[in-house]
Amino acid sequence: MSKDIRIKKGLNIRLKGAASTEISGAPRSRTFNVRPADFHLITPKMVIKEGAKIKAGDDIFYNKANETMRFVSPVSGTLQEIRRGAKRVITDIIIEADKEDSYRDFGKTDLSDAAAVKARLLEAGCWPFIKQRPYDVIANPEVTPKAIFISAYNTAPMSADYDLILADKGEQIQAAIDGLKTLTDGSIHVGVPKGGNSVFNNINGIETHNVSGPHPAGNVGTLIGRVDPVNKGETVWTIHAEDLVIIGELLANGHYKADRIIALAGSSVKTPKYYKTKIGAEVSTFVYDSGLNEENVRVISGDVLSGTQISPEGHLSFYANVVSVIPEGDDYEFFGWNKPIFNKISTSRALTFSWLNPKKEYELDTNTNGEHRAFVVTGSYEEVFPLDIYPLQLLKSCMVKDLDAMEAMGMYEVAPEDFAVTEFICVSKQPHQKIIREALDLMYKEIG
Amino acid sequence: MGMKQNLHKLKEKYRGKKMAPAFNALHTFLYTPNEVTHGGTHVKAADDLKRTMNIVILALVPCLIFGIFNAGYQHYAAIDMAKGLTVEPSWFGNFFTWDNFWLGAGKVIPLVVVSYGVGLIVEFIFAVIKGHEVEEGYLVTGMLVPLIVPIDIPLWMLAVAVVFGVVIGKEVFGGTGMNILNPALTIRAFLFFAYPTWMSGDKVWVHGAVERAGTADAISGETILGSYAQNQDVIYSISDMFWGFIPGSVGETSKVLILLGAFILIFTKIGSWRIIVSTLIGALVMGLIFNGVVSAGWIDEGSTFYGLMSVDFWQHLFIGSILFGAVYMATDPVSAAQTNKGKWIYGFLIGFISIMIRVFNPAYPEGVFLAILLMNVFAPTIDHYVVQANVKRRQKRLKLKAA
Repeated sequence: MSKDIRIKKGLNIRLKGAASTEISGAPRSRTFNVRPADFHLITPKMVIKEGAKIKAGDDIFYNKANETMRFVSPVSGTLQEIRRGAKRVITDIIIEADKEDSYRDFGKTDLSDAAAVKARLLEAGCWPFIKQRPYDVIANPEVTPKAIFISAYNTAPMSADYDLILADKGEQIQAAIDGLKTLTDGSIHVGVPKGGNSVFNNINGIETHNVSGPHPAGNVGTLIGRVDPVNKGETVWTIHAEDLVIIGELLANGHYKADRIIALAGSSVKTPKYYKTKIGAEVSTFVYDSGLNEENVRVISGDVLSGTQISPEGHLSFYANVVSVIPEGDDYEFFGWNKPIFNKISTSRALTFSWLNPKKEYELDTNTNGEHRAFVVTGSYEEVFPLDIYPLQLLKSCMVKDLDAMEAMGMYEVAPEDFAVTEFICVSKQPHQKIIREALDLMYKEIG
Repeated sequence: MGMKQNLHKLKEKYRGKKMAPAFNALHTFLYTPNEVTHGGTHVKAADDLKRTMNIVILALVPCLIFGIFNAGYQHYAAIDMAKGLTVEPSWFGNFFTWDNFWLGAGKVIPLVVVSYGVGLIVEFIFAVIKGHEVEEGYLVTGMLVPLIVPIDIPLWMLAVAVVFGVVIGKEVFGGTGMNILNPALTIRAFLFFAYPTWMSGDKVWVHGAVERAGTADAISGETILGSYAQNQDVIYSISDMFWGFIPGSVGETSKVLILLGAFILIFTKIGSWRIIVSTLIGALVMGLIFNGVVSAGWIDEGSTFYGLMSVDFWQHLFIGSILFGAVYMATDPVSAAQTNKGKWIYGFLIGFISIMIRVFNPAYPEGVFLAILLMNVFAPTIDHYVVQANVKRRQKRLKLKAA
């Protein structure tokens, strides 16, 4: 059973340096990093000390608010260092990896037993893969969601192609779906590219939706909005498609295997392609394997719209399936505000000419192309925002912290990533995703 | 690239100082800044607010140039007509002439200089006091103001009005993006109510008409609207109105150039076509209603309103400043309705009310700016109800679920 979802509003941001379909093995990383900052609003409580020997799947810390929610090591090795920042907040947990991984054995899970599945996911560090809406945080295990949403269609610029990275993972995905199905009263909805060759077309127990259209058509938020929007008091879960593989491996074989195929992309990368690596690995292992075109670059764990900036010596973050490397734009441009522009993307035609050839791939840098201003222009966000929400009005209510207005205008339905395209085109250079994130946090504190 | 480095050093030197916004305003005028993204999207689209405002200014430039020539042309034409000669406008015969240019430029350029000079000084002062960057909003306002005032307005009045308009119309609300009323129209409204003799009547629209009034050399400065309002014959043809060889505020007479501006704004997606189209529809509908009143015989030729009511409905678009208002004023995104549905309602009501005021207020027949200011005030209300429809839909969804 599948339905078509056609998205009209949106913007495909075509950038130079999308990964070719070649998949290489990245050299094994010397250290791995588990960054508590990847897990939004989680306060970590360490269970091991520096110097401890751990296997892949062994506990590192747990959620202070919920002791059953464990966060585990992606590899076997030695806990080398716990780095702390201001107010002694743990910023990085560095693990020195062994040459070979040995896995903690969780044993097989009974896929028909909801309690067993939930307990296994929690103890084996797979729960954090499950996020919830409202609030876009790690799901609350106490709440039964009305449905689970998975997007197997990536429309973000230079993002990993799910059809490619999940091609032969059908077995694990089926196991994960079977297990997750017990945790919801509703269905598991999966968005697949229309006309694509998705592995999900052969998975049982899900409802697939054939999605087409420009970004953010592939965002899971767009799928939720079209299929079954979140109402007040309801909860849905979202899971990244590639994480089903890890969940399935755990449920079927009892091992936490943090393997991930990531796309290395961006105009600064010499040979953009896919690499097999692990969550938390040093990105330099594959970035330098592929080579860079220039020195002054920004390395982003994630896509260029919603990813996190990391140092070139940094580590792959928990939710990323792409590492983007683009040139830094810390330079002035003479009369940049009034001369005709051919080499940057724009949705207007204000002496910007990207509308002339929509298929062209651009080489964008990190320059803001202008200064931060109050909201002035109206009507442009609506052109690229597919949800049934007034984006400008919602953002304004977030900025003035009007909780009632936020609730009425659909705050429960959104995640920061849904506002990535509006942020990209924003003439006033407002940080939409940050505004939404902070407002969600405020709501979570006050209401949730 | 010496200048780039030197300016960069200066910027670093003055970072955080009181005068930094003033310096940065000039610096960013030359160079888009070296700012990079932090968090959020790592890349951004090419447009910034300066570019957006710049397009509006470009769309206004043809009107300004035409206004300069027309100021001269109207002056000499009025003198000739006072002598009893008939004057036929011709582009290169008596319009694009150096005489017209020098006279027009001598009157119009000072208006532009005062408008920008005074307005930007106020903006810079507020930016320095409040420690924020100088925002671009005034770039457009400063260009609009000289185009919507009578040619002979004394410069000091303009300066006072600009200070009032920028401070009360904009800065007290928090600057660009926060204002409720269109600042350019606030300036015009201030002039209109503070110095009505300089802003209306049959003398102010042609250079020299005021000072010659009562002398043997008296010339007429009557606009078409004024003639209609007094049930007089209009001496200008439709083609004069379309091309713009008529008296009026400096930059609003040439309908063809306004349409060119509208094309630029709509094509670049800077101006809202919804507002422009709906304003014109609103004006036409009101004009049709009045035509209907006249043809139904409800009023006769003796009525004060007969002149303007009997104007063919479509001609309303060519007289007065309804077209200029619809294209450049109503579309100001900050003071207009901000939802797409709201824009239709907002524009329609502007057009509708403009023509209503025009007909029913023969003493001051131009109603466009009052209509726009009125709808500026109601724009948030319109938006509120549009957004409420979305909110209601969401609540209904929830109720269906619960049921």
